[in-house]
Amino acid sequence: MEALFNFLVAQREIIYFILLAIFVGIEVIGGVPSVLHTPLMSGANAIHGVVVIGAIIVLLDTPIDHIGTLVLGAIAVVLGTINVVGGFVVTDRMLEMFKKK
Amino acid sequence: MQTQLLEISTISSKGLLELSYLIGSITFIIGLKMMGNPKSARKGNMLGAVGMAIAVAATLFLYKTEHTTKEGLKMGILFASLLIGTLIGWLTAKRVQMTKMPELVSMFNGMGGACAALIGLTEFEHNLGNKGALSFIMAGLVIGSVSFSGSIIAYLKLNGSMRNPIRLPKYPIINFVLLLALIVFSVWMVSSGCSESTLLYTLFAASLIYGVFFVMPIGGADMPVVISLLNSFTGLAAAFGGFLYDNKVMLTGGILVGSAGTLLTIVMCKAMNRSLLSVLFGSFGESAAQGDQAEVKGSIKDINVSDLAVLMNYSKKVVIVPGYGLAVAQAQHVIHELELLLEERGVEVAYAIHPVAGRMPGHMNVLLAESNVDYGKMIEMEEINPTFDQTDVVLVVGANDVVNPAAKTDPSSPIYGMPILEVDKAKHIIVNKRSMSAGYAGIDNILFYDPKTSMFFGDAKKALTELVAALKSL
Repeated sequence: MEALFNFLVAQREIIYFILLAIFVGIEVIGGVPSVLHTPLMSGANAIHGVVVIGAIIVLLDTPIDHIGTLVLGAIAVVLGTINVVGGFVVTDRMLEMFKKK
Repeated sequence: MQTQLLEISTISSKGLLELSYLIGSITFIIGLKMMGNPKSARKGNMLGAVGMAIAVAATLFLYKTEHTTKEGLKMGILFASLLIGTLIGWLTAKRVQMTKMPELVSMFNGMGGACAALIGLTEFEHNLGNKGALSFIMAGLVIGSVSFSGSIIAYLKLNGSMRNPIRLPKYPIINFVLLLALIVFSVWMVSSGCSESTLLYTLFAASLIYGVFFVMPIGGADMPVVISLLNSFTGLAAAFGGFLYDNKVMLTGGILVGSAGTLLTIVMCKAMNRSLLSVLFGSFGESAAQGDQAEVKGSIKDINVSDLAVLMNYSKKVVIVPGYGLAVAQAQHVIHELELLLEERGVEVAYAIHPVAGRMPGHMNVLLAESNVDYGKMIEMEEINPTFDQTDVVLVVGANDVVNPAAKTDPSSPIYGMPILEVDKAKHIIVNKRSMSAGYAGIDNILFYDPKTSMFFGDAKKALTELVAALKSL
């Protein structure tokens, strides 16, 4: 418990950061016409693919002889990249249709 | 001298990395904001993609801690993984049919969740004893796994492989107990400093099972809400990864999606006039299963294609209500053809878009936009409802629950209270359906028995093609 408490105190700047980011997220989405809800959900879906950076860090920080971790990390990178690339491409395809004639 | 140089280069590459993350975060925020406007939406998405590319490239080339090693073999694996993921993501996204979009978003969301879960699995052993870090690892693992298996179930449901909600008896209690057990188990693992990796994999498996149980009982009509919610879950899991690595771009991206996804979920629940809890615990299906809503009695009449063509040809105003049936039949192009033909004849045509028509919010808009329908013609529910009494013909294509007047009149109906398109106010209502089967919510529609309603049976694409031909011959 104490360790957790200390951790939270040490991370207080990040906690402020999180609070502000939550409000930015709400502000950014608010007032969007429902026409754009699906592309927006899809675009947001691509953005949470940023988790792939975590998977890259796992691979970079794993010693070469930890085969198991390397395999899991590589799978994570593949899956995260699918999320990012697929997400952005499919959103672009959706939005392409909204272009003015 | 040399060590000093090395230090400077380490500092500046660290600074450059942080700067790239800052740029990434800003592009995510501005990109999402731009996506809220039809004019700038596409550029906004591109901007987000560019920011993501910068952040990923910066991590690949600039990230460095005392553990970081960059052997050729490992970098080979890393770049190969990136390449494989890019190819799979790109090709699937390019090749999928527009009607399969909701499934695809659900699948991509699951991939992100799985990625977060795997990070949790691999980081566990490196962070034993660090309770703060462990709690973020556990949170990322549990939420990521739930999001992964939940998204797969949502995918299967949308795909049609799993049409009917499967419910264990007393499933809300079972789900609640399982969730509680997951939380208690994770807290205990963190606080007891447990280092057993078998227990970690047990937690992983239990989270996966919870994800399945979480989505399984929810009816197909509620899948949009579920996908949106799972989307925000994955955002949250990514944010916990950001917390773990003190990585700002993961934090911004994750939290943005977490809060945006939650807001979108709430907006969608509001559109159905239901609380999130009732969606999750499936009061929808339960009351429908009890079958206690008023028995529908009456007769239906149908209309043939030439009568319908005449009726529409001499109308002043026609409103088309698209639903999921339109997407299934791939009838979006022929409906646009119908619209153009009617307008040529001086008929005013508009599309009425219910917020939850189709399988995702905006699903119908995307589909209609694919066939070049002007988005100014797609009118939202609040705006179009007051105009139905001046509408001559409403053509309902493959929509059902969103036009069911029982939502207003029958308190025993499971969809009672859901805002609907009030098409029953129009002079003529034409319903195109393949058969008399119930809608996704599994309930009967009293609109079909309205004396003003005529049924126009047939597959949407085939029936509308015939209608267009009949109109042309007039």
